Formats: sequence, C-alpha cells, structure tokens
Amino acid sequence: MLATLLALAAQGIQMILVLAVAPAVSGVTRKVKAQLMRRQGAPVIQGYRDLLKLVRKEVVLATNASWFFRSAPYVIFAATWVAAALVPTFASGLMFNWAADVVALVALLGAARALLALAAMDVGTSFGGIGSSREMMIATLAEPAMLLVVLTLALSAGTTRLPGVADFFIGQPLTVRVSLALAMLALVIVALAENARIPVDNPATHLELTMVHEAMVLEYSGRHLAMIEAASQLKLVLYMSLIICLFVPFGMATASAGPVEWFVGGFAYAAKLATCAVVLGVWEVSVAKMRVFRVTDLLAGALVFAFLAILFAFLSKEVLP
Amino acid sequence: MTGLAGAHLPLIAAVLAAYLGVALLAALLHRRTLIFVYPACLLIALVACATDLSAVLGSVNESARLPFGLPTVGLRFHLDALAAYFGFIVNLGLVSASLYGLGFDKRTELSGRIEPFFPAFAMAMNLVLIADDAFAFLFSWELMSLTSWLLVVARHDDADNRKAGHVYLVMAAIGTVALLFAFGGLAGPAGGYAFEVIRSHRPDAVVSGLVLAAAIVGAGSKAGIMPLHAWLPLAHPAAPSHVSALMSGVMTKVAIYGLIRIVFDLLGPPVWWWSLPFILLGALTAVGGLLYAIVDQDLKRVLAYSTIENIGIIFVGIGLAVAFKATGLNAAAGVAMAAALLHALNHSIFKSLLFLGSGVVLHATGRRDFDGLGGLIHTMPRTAFCWLIGALSISALPPFNGFVSEWLLFQSVLAGPAFPEPILRFLSPMVGAMLALAAGLAAACFVRAFGIVFLGRPRSPEAMAAHEAPVEQVAALGLLTALCVLGGLFGSTIAGVLSPLLVELAGSALPGQGAGPTPFSLVAFSAERSIYDAPVIALFVALSATMTALLVHWVSARRVRRAPAWDCGFPEPSPATQYTASSFGQPLRRVYGTLLFGASEHIDMPAPGDNRPARLTVAMTDYLWCGLYAAPANAVLELSVRLNVLQFLTIRRYLVFMFVALIVLLLVTASWI
Repeated sequence: MLATLLALAAQGIQMILVLAVAPAVSGVTRKVKAQLMRRQGAPVIQGYRDLLKLVRKEVVLATNASWFFRSAPYVIFAATWVAAALVPTFASGLMFNWAADVVALVALLGAARALLALAAMDVGTSFGGIGSSREMMIATLAEPAMLLVVLTLALSAGTTRLPGVADFFIGQPLTVRVSLALAMLALVIVALAENARIPVDNPATHLELTMVHEAMVLEYSGRHLAMIEAASQLKLVLYMSLIICLFVPFGMATASAGPVEWFVGGFAYAAKLATCAVVLGVWEVSVAKMRVFRVTDLLAGALVFAFLAILFAFLSKEVLP
Repeated sequence: MTGLAGAHLPLIAAVLAAYLGVALLAALLHRRTLIFVYPACLLIALVACATDLSAVLGSVNESARLPFGLPTVGLRFHLDALAAYFGFIVNLGLVSASLYGLGFDKRTELSGRIEPFFPAFAMAMNLVLIADDAFAFLFSWELMSLTSWLLVVARHDDADNRKAGHVYLVMAAIGTVALLFAFGGLAGPAGGYAFEVIRSHRPDAVVSGLVLAAAIVGAGSKAGIMPLHAWLPLAHPAAPSHVSALMSGVMTKVAIYGLIRIVFDLLGPPVWWWSLPFILLGALTAVGGLLYAIVDQDLKRVLAYSTIENIGIIFVGIGLAVAFKATGLNAAAGVAMAAALLHALNHSIFKSLLFLGSGVVLHATGRRDFDGLGGLIHTMPRTAFCWLIGALSISALPPFNGFVSEWLLFQSVLAGPAFPEPILRFLSPMVGAMLALAAGLAAACFVRAFGIVFLGRPRSPEAMAAHEAPVEQVAALGLLTALCVLGGLFGSTIAGVLSPLLVELAGSALPGQGAGPTPFSLVAFSAERSIYDAPVIALFVALSATMTALLVHWVSARRVRRAPAWDCGFPEPSPATQYTASSFGQPLRRVYGTLLFGASEHIDMPAPGDNRPARLTVAMTDYLWCGLYAAPANAVLELSVRLNVLQFLTIRRYLVFMFVALIVLLLVTASWI
C-alpha cells in the first residue's frame, strides 16, 4: 500500500516537475543569450510572471473565431504536458512508465502540432496560414526523422518503452557507436526545428515573413496564449529530457530505486537540464537563422542521418528475442 | 453464438437475395418511391453485420454447392473467418452509406440511375467474399466492377465523369484479365477451378511467381496500388458521395481480401521473395499517394489519393506478414498481419466518414474545390466536428483508430533485424522510413484539407450560405466518428477478436488480454517490449486538459472580448487574402513536387512603369499518367488509325490476305510439331 502511494506520488512529482521547470528552462536560455549579447536580460523567473499575466488578462477573440479556436489551446497544452511527463526525467521506474511508448510519444506530439496548425487557420488571416503551412512542411521532414531516431534506439535496447531504453543505456559501458552518434545528431536538429529555435525559426522575432511558430499564434491572447506558451515551453523541456534520457541517462534512478536514488536522479536531471539550456543559449547567439527553403536542406540532412542510423542499427543488430 | 452454428452461410445467402430483391424492385419503381432502397439496405446491412460478426467470433467454416456454374465444379460458396471479417467491413460501410441515404430529399435527390444499382453493388461485394471457386469469384468480381461503373457514370452529363467511367472500365477489364490468368495458373493444367482443389496442389516457383504478379495486377489495380492507381482519383470522386464512400472505403478492401485469399490461402506456404513486390509497391504507394494528395485542389480527389496511400500501408503490412511467416518468424508475422487487417477496418471507417462528410459539404455548397470553400465550421458545426475526428484518425494520431494499426506496423518493422535474408533486412528500415514520411505527409495533407474547407472565412457565396445536413446524415457521420474513437481506444479488444484469424493466416496472434498492465493495453510481442495503452493516455490527456481549463478559468478574469482579427494590425476584410489550398501546398510542392511532378514556378514580373499585373504560374506534369497511361493509349490510337486503311480494300486483296494468313499458320503449325 505504502509502495503504491509512493509510486503514485513519484508519478505526480514527475508531472508537476516538468510543468514547474519549463518556464525556468526557457528563462535560462533567454538570460544566457542576453548576457552573451552584453545585455542585462530579464530575470530567469520572467517566464512565470508572463504566464500569470497572460492568464489574468482578458481574451480578445477575433469575431469569426470558432469553438475550435477556443478549445484547441487546452488540448494542445494537455497533450504536450502528458507527452513531456511520459519521458523519464529523474527515475525510469515510475508507476505508469509502461505507457511511455516512443511511437505513441512522437504521435502525441504530432497531434498537438496538427491541432495548433489547424487553430492557426481558424481565423482566416494570411499569417495564420503561412505559419501553419510552413510548420506542416517542416513537420513532414522532422517527424519521420524523429520517429527513425527513436526507433533506432528502441532497436538497440530491444524495447519501444522509453524507460526500458533508458535502463538499457544506463547499464551499458560508455562507448561511441556510429548509429547512436548519427541518431543524436538527427535528434538535435529535429529538436531545434520542432521548438522553433534558430536556425529554423527565431523565437524572439516578430518579423512577419520569416516566422513560423509565432505566425501561428498571432491571433491568440490572454489565457489561450498562456496555454500555447506553456505548451511550447513544455515541448522544449520534453526534447531536452528526451535527449538526456536517451543519450546521457547516467544518474537516473532505475526501476527498483527508492526515494534516495530519486533525489540523486533529480539533482542529476536538474544539472543536465541547466546545461542543455545554457548550451542552447550559446548556440542561438552563434548561428544565424536560415531562409525558409534552406531549412528543408537541414531537415533533409537530419532525415538522412536518422535513416543511416537505423540502417546501421538494422544491419549490425543481433536477432531480437 | 452457438445458436447460429451452421446458419451463417444461409443467412448471408438470404442477405444477398434481399439485396438483389431490393435492386430489382427499385428498377421497377419511380423516383419518389425509390427512397425505400435506403431503409431496406440499412436493415439488410445490419443483419449482415451481425451475421458476419458472429461468424468471426465463432471462427465458422461453412460451405455450400449449387448445381450450376462450371461443369463438374458447380457454384461453390464458403464462409470462413477471413471472408466474414471482410464481410463485416463491407456491411459496416453499407450501414453508414444507407443511413446517409436516408437523409436524401425524396423529390430531388433520387434517380433511377443510382438507387437500383446501390443494392446491386452491395450484393456483388458480398458475393465476392463468399465465392469458393474461380468462376464464382471472377463472376462476382466482374459484377462488382460493372455495378460500381454504372454508379460512376450515373451523372454522365459531365464530361469528366464520362472520362472517369472510360478509364475505370479499361482498368477494370485489365484487372479481371489478370485475375483470370492468376486463377488459370492456380488451377494448373488439370483445370481444378474449385478453391478446394487449388489448395490441394502447389504450383512450382515460376508459376507461383506468375500467379503472384497477375494477382497483384488484378486485385492491386482494384485496390489502387501504384502505378495502377490512375482510375481511382477519377472514378471515386465522380460517383455520388455515399457511393464514393463505398468504393473508396469498402470496395478496395474487397480487393485486399482477394489478395489475402490468393497469397495466404490458395498459393500455398509463402516464400520470402513473394513479399518483395508487396513491400516495395506498398511503400512507394504510401508516399506517392500523399504526394498527389497534397498538391490537389479537389476535396473528393484528395480523399481518393489518400485511399491510395492507405492501401499502400495495408500492402506493406501484408508484405511484412508474408516475409515474416516465410522465414518462420510467426510472432512478427502476427503483428504485421494484425496491422494490415486492422488498418483495412480502420480505413474503411474513417474513409467512409470523410467521404460522407464531403458529400454533406458538396450538397450544402454545391462545390468540392478548395478555392470555393472555407469557414464551414460555423454553419455546419456537427459535420465539422466529425470530419475533424476523421482527419485526425486518418493522420494516424492518437488516441484515434488510425494510430493503432500504424503503431502495430512500426512494431513489426522493428522485428526486421531478425530476417535471415539480407535483402529483407535492408528493406525493412527503408520501409520504416517511408512509412514515417507517409505519416508526416498525411498530417500535412489533412491539416490542409480540414483547415481550408472548414476553418477560416468562406471563399464563395455558396460556402457562406451553407447549412447543416439532415439529421440522418449527421447520424451516419456520428456513428462513424464514434467508431473512430472506440476503435482507437479499444484496438486491443478488436485484435483479440481477430486472434483465431491471425493464427490461421500468420501462425501467431498478438499477446491477448492480460498480457499488459491494463485490460485494454495493446501489446506487441511481449509486455516488456512494447505496450500502447490508448485509454490510459487518452484519460491522462482528457484529465489534464479539463483540470487545466478549470484551474485557468478560476484564476483568470474569464473576460472575452470579440474584436476584428489582429492580423499584425492590418486586417483585410476580403476572404481572398486568406491562405488558399495552393498557397498552403506551395512549400510542400516546392520540397516534394519537383521530383514527382517536375513542378516549376514561373514568375512574370512586369518592368517598372508597366501596368500589367504580375503573374505566378505553376507548371506540373503527372509523369506516371503520361508515361504509363497516355503514351500506350496514344500508341493504340495511332496504330488503329494506320490500320484503318485495311477497312477499305477490294475483295481480291482480302482473299490474298486470307490465303497468306493460311499459309503462314500452316507453316507455323508444321514447324511447331
């Protein structure tokens, strides 16, 4: 009974944790960027303040916005939240860890993206359309690349359950494998594209002709915008957690661990997440944004890397049981 | 279900007779009274559904033989779980199409060219499934082609429909000829045309290869496999929408049934290389169909192209099942076959839903071109909701039914490293990549379709004046929508029902209920390896969405103010400033279209001071159509013009020709012997 309660509590902590750190992670990245550009920058907690402010403000809705426009933000947020909570962060052996199937995870994110792209078209402005069409074009390359990456890792670990994959790699000696290196490269490119980061999109821009994600959410305001913003912050945490969990899972509490290991895992996770946020900030100030149609070259590159990764994994893999 | 033991085949026979009776009666009646066709068909289809379901659950094996048909063979019928499963798919499609038909306007929407052929088409499809000898199969197959052809050309005053009918007729003829050869090869020199006799002897490698090729051409052209797909996007949209739903959602599955029957049942134990055409054609079709769909401008044609894609996915599932079974990997074969069978059911559901929904749109606005639609979510909210669920399902997004079969298929691809054949080991990651690409493209295609048709602002006066469909039609959409959701949540239950069939076809079923952590977990291979638990994920998403919404509403001021769209400060009232389907497709066309269509954009920018408007023209060529269809057709035409002179010769010339022909034939015969 106690064990069940503890397991349930750990699962709850996991869900709250990703939600709680998400604005801070974006805040760290923004702060690092500002500092590198010799600006003071907003405090790290600015993200929380912004969300609270947005939630409290009134919603200004376009006259012809439909029910879909108003309900989509909550579903997008919830789908992203659940997806983010499915990725193991501090421990792999949580209560619902079996629900974290890699294919389902990619598809859940795909559902959130499709709903956002549709919501962007609801009001019927050209900006919504431009964002939506570019987002879906990017997704047609990024989603298969990501699927191939997670399938490559699933193949190495012999399971498509994400915690199982993490457990497998914790138990492995640290070696460089070609297929894993290619997979990581592809996943990083996909993560940049999916989170609308430089060089694919610029989260700080509001220059109409270059933006993708921001163009889609242009008509949103108030609490709806807060949901969308929170969802995109969660998505960033999700991709960072995914990269951490798949490629550097060390320190994560394994299936049979108790609260002590969870604390260790929690600290390790926080440290790795902070590192990711700083690296992202440094990366964003050191490269320039690409033209929209150059992005496809980058993503096609990611797709090719992912394909090579899975090909190597297939050809080198001993037979699964 | 024991009460029905032995009674399934007679019941199905009664269903067939009832369909035929309705068709004959409808042929005698006048316009208004024709409405009786739909309640009658609905009733018959419900009975048929129940019978088929009971037959699947009971794994029946019932045969009957009638004393006419081929001499010594007779006319044989047989009902087993495979036929009953596909029968269920067919009759489920008929239930929804008939329900939709109930909503037709008695005075204006009925026609003696459509209603009598609807039950006849229904009967023909059911007949194919229970045929148990080559003659009965081909006869009912041809009946199915002809009745559907009559429905395609029902509105023959439109030149496009006539062209569609022409192409369909030619392709159907080619397909039937190919199937004729396939059954010839199966029957062997002894000519045993009963399926029972065919099963008892095994053709050698060469013959089995030829039979396989002929079967893929014959059944594949009906299913819409590339490059034999060209008739589909012409004919499916040309028919009335409820018939389009049947042709796209259901008739293609009858073709899939034919292939499964031939490959898994009649042709004997599978050999690994049989899987190659299925896997290769399937993967190319899955991506190719969508590439056509994302650049097309017609709602119903986009759906037809997407059918091609889904048939590709089913083909890949069948191919992988053949490959796994042939190499002794039965567990993986079970997963692949489950993916193929479930996708056949799922596709029939959401494709019927989308076609019927498009029928509602077509009726309400009179248009099916993307450039004349938009904003229908305001005037037709129920249809929009159902179409949205259908679009999400067909894009293989959780928690809807399309994702269940997609998930199973990816799981079976992951078993690929176990193949002893290097080619298959190399092919499976490639198939995985193609399927992943198809999944991404499908989402883009249906975001475009739903977004342009239902969201935004109306692009034409007709779209602005649209109205919601009659209650019967909304009920048909609602039924299918519910099935999309239920099929997505309880995919494991359906897979459990299919277990005996999977064991029979692939040698192994999915791990049953109890293998996973909850009763509704879908488990592939083992619980340690892969679990997809749709109800748990859906519950999590639903709970967190509701909780968040409540919490946010509690914190927030709840105030909502309506104002003109922001649009970066310059809102423009004209709906022409919205993104159109072609502008939405432009990035995709630029990325993917250059390869398949040779798409090129030409910008005509007038010099400064010139008053001409600037123009953007896009040129695209359908290479497949030009190379494989137009070129041979032109060659035949050219040849017949050349040979036309032979029609106007004198009698002496003809006599000389006959004499020469006689000599040549005699020489050939002499040298042959």
